[in-house]
Amino acid sequence: MASVRSAVSVKITPPVSAPTSREPQAPLLMRMTVSKVNFYYGPKQVLFDINLNIASNKVTSLIGPSGCGKSTLLRTLNRMHETVRSSRLEGEILIDNQNILAQDVTALRRRVGMVFQRPNPFPKSIFDNVAYGLRINGVQGSLSDAVEKSLRHAALWDEVKDQLHKSAYELSGGQQQRLCIARALAVEPEVLLLDEPCSALDPISTAKIEELLVQLKDLCTIVIVTHNMQQAARVSDFTAFLLTGQLIEFSPTPQLFTTPSDARTEAYITGRFG
Amino acid sequence: MSNRLRWRKFVSHFMLTMTGLCALVAVAVLFFILGYLVYHGGASVSWNFFTKLPAPVGETGGGMANAIVGSAKLLLLACLLGVPIGFFGAIYLAEFSGGPIAFVVRYAADLLNGVPSIVIGIFAYGLVVLPFKHFSTLAGGFALGLMMIPITLRSTEEFLRAVPRALREGAMALGASQWKTIASVVVPAAYRGILTAILLAFARVAGETAPLLFTALGNRFWSPGWSQPTASLPVMIFTYAIAPYDDWHRQAWAAGLVLLGLILITNIVARVILSRGIAVPRT
Repeated sequence: MASVRSAVSVKITPPVSAPTSREPQAPLLMRMTVSKVNFYYGPKQVLFDINLNIASNKVTSLIGPSGCGKSTLLRTLNRMHETVRSSRLEGEILIDNQNILAQDVTALRRRVGMVFQRPNPFPKSIFDNVAYGLRINGVQGSLSDAVEKSLRHAALWDEVKDQLHKSAYELSGGQQQRLCIARALAVEPEVLLLDEPCSALDPISTAKIEELLVQLKDLCTIVIVTHNMQQAARVSDFTAFLLTGQLIEFSPTPQLFTTPSDARTEAYITGRFG
Repeated sequence: MSNRLRWRKFVSHFMLTMTGLCALVAVAVLFFILGYLVYHGGASVSWNFFTKLPAPVGETGGGMANAIVGSAKLLLLACLLGVPIGFFGAIYLAEFSGGPIAFVVRYAADLLNGVPSIVIGIFAYGLVVLPFKHFSTLAGGFALGLMMIPITLRSTEEFLRAVPRALREGAMALGASQWKTIASVVVPAAYRGILTAILLAFARVAGETAPLLFTALGNRFWSPGWSQPTASLPVMIFTYAIAPYDDWHRQAWAAGLVLLGLILITNIVARVILSRGIAVPRT
């Protein structure tokens, strides 16, 4: 393993500017920094020496074949990996230069929200789903403004404004996923993690969510895991390519898809494997 | 080829009929019992039955008001003991524990479930009746409560486990602590099942006679407070059914009908309450 790892030269310095940015000279702020992360499920190592910077108010996508560790990497960013008993994380992950492992986990997850592969609304009304995060964090008083704001951010308000007290399960799959995004946005997270958020959705719902993600950049930093390379190309500013637990390449998205620097990245994006 | 097809169609129809018949028989048993009880006891269920004390031996008439109230008190005590222990124990088993402790608790609960109810009665006799030197409602409720624990525990645990992991993760990803996740998402998602489990336990002990024979004993009069022997419907049914009087037999049937009716009503009320919530769809 060690020989494989040392053979990989990973480009960890993020590019000075995002090519899609309107102000190419604006300096990039880093919201999160992953350094020297090794991750294990029991005796099995699934991430090897990952170094990654996540730029503020940009979309960073993680791509790679199944089992490459991209979801695992995503889950370490808000410590959701800790729900698996045998997991072990080595290395350092910083958010705004604070070590996330030293923080209270509930406070961290409030700052780093997450949307999952399959829509997972709670068995509550649409309103109560969005208000959930606020309520458990002790927000008092009328939540209707906050709920409306979150639903608008998630581009769902117009579809549900007359049925806020209906069960969340009466919505379509795509609406449920946008409800889950609204639920995550309600606590105003700094970072939003999305784990293949469109894999259970039809193309039209997928398009809506992709459009939404680009708009949400103004509100927060987004990290998305996706199986779909076109999706990564469409929505993200930076793309990281992972293979068998190693970060092979991390570049601005257009660069990674047009002039990849690693042969394995090229092989993957041209569909030779994965 | 077409012979094969005909055979397959025949097997398919045959099996469908078989399963349908078995389902019908299962339901028919309940209605048969109900009908039988109504036929024999229906006439004796009157206003007096609910409001009067048992008539002295030799006189006809009278009611079982004391037994109905006695049963209610016993079941209340049983629920106070059995439901919290079973419920919170199940939360521990399903959410916090793993490995050997969970195995031991689960195994012990299954064994306790299999302990004959008469043995539970003897145990309650030794633990509550002997030290207080008195048969009592308390002792009867204690015995019934013990019986409710394993039923509530095991079925509640199953329903909690059936709550999708995705819901727990959704709550935790919003900054909910483990306890908050359980209280605000997992239990609400499973509460229909949990209530059904509690109702089953309730219905099961509501008709138990053996553990009451030497704990609550029986009483021909009102039983004030909690430390006196008390009448209960199952024990009344037992006493009246083995007595040599026709009038008592009729009243025993009536008591059986009332007992079944009370359990049915509890069930229906609980289900009406349940149908108001939002259920997690099956995937």
